[in-house]
Amino acid sequence: MAGLLDKRDDDRVDGEIDTAGMADISFLLLIFFLITTTFETDTGIGMTLPPPLNDQQPPPVKDRNMLKILVRQDGQVMIEEKASSFSQIQRKVKTHVLNNGKSDEYSVSPDDALVSIKTDRATPYSGYIEALDEVKMGYRQIHDQRARQRGFDSYQAYKNQLEAGAEDAIREQIPLNISIAEPSGSGGGSSS
Amino acid sequence: MAIAGHFEKSSADAGDEGIPTSSLPDIIFMLLIFFMVSTVMRQTDVKVRTTLPQAESLEKIEQKRLISYVYIGPKKGNVEGSGQTGIQVDDALVKNVANIQAVMERKVADEPRLIVSLKVDEDAESGVLRDVEQELRQANALRINYASTGENS
Repeated sequence: MAGLLDKRDDDRVDGEIDTAGMADISFLLLIFFLITTTFETDTGIGMTLPPPLNDQQPPPVKDRNMLKILVRQDGQVMIEEKASSFSQIQRKVKTHVLNNGKSDEYSVSPDDALVSIKTDRATPYSGYIEALDEVKMGYRQIHDQRARQRGFDSYQAYKNQLEAGAEDAIREQIPLNISIAEPSGSGGGSSS
Repeated sequence: MAIAGHFEKSSADAGDEGIPTSSLPDIIFMLLIFFMVSTVMRQTDVKVRTTLPQAESLEKIEQKRLISYVYIGPKKGNVEGSGQTGIQVDDALVKNVANIQAVMERKVADEPRLIVSLKVDEDAESGVLRDVEQELRQANALRINYASTGENS
């Protein structure tokens, strides 16, 4: 066996496998994976649902602490039962959260402030997301403002410098209290 | 002897062998393996049409492995009962909303840090979404994300 191999070695003086073709094959595979790879990250609006209620009533909320936003099925926005528009939400949220007991209509403190978003069952999803987005943007501006007071460019910059597990003081002061109310006019609802 | 050896060596260096290409496949393979690892093949076949709404206050989900998708929207043309609102959890259509709880409970047991990404068509009724959310609450899958695209895209 060894003799046979020796003989073959003698035949080919170069004695190497031609690897030039290898590169071509792997290039083809590489191009295939380059094309199929998508580095898309999922983006969206993050929310945390309240834990399921076990026959206990949710804690009562004072009416003044709750900013009620209703998006009707025709797209009409109602803030505290008054006709309004999507562009008003952000401003209203800011006055509501940062009221600190000044006005009787708005919250006692940012900690107690709650924003409730309610929709009709037939309200299109885009209307609901638009309202939620506006509320989130309102909160983000408050957070950004607080971060700037601490000498950061934005709330995101403040959050990035926090060590893992460290307390987020801004979030602690102004918690994101958004409640999604059960839809009104539940025609043919099948929630169990 | 030494001079001859030196002469021979330098002639081998400057010989007509060209650039050594033997390590080229190794480099390419390295790149190849990188892309193979980072590629996520789409194995789910979405049976409902979802045009995502636009929003500004977006967050990115970095941990792709924790995500489970729920699609809500009108069923596509080639699916039975097309046009009607369909709910799809990962890769299968759900016939009854009440089944979602059991499916999600199993997923939460496997991965407690589960994030449910809700891909809902912008024209879908939010009543259906509320029903799904109630199911998620019952199953203790509380981290959700309303998938939406950026304002400019």
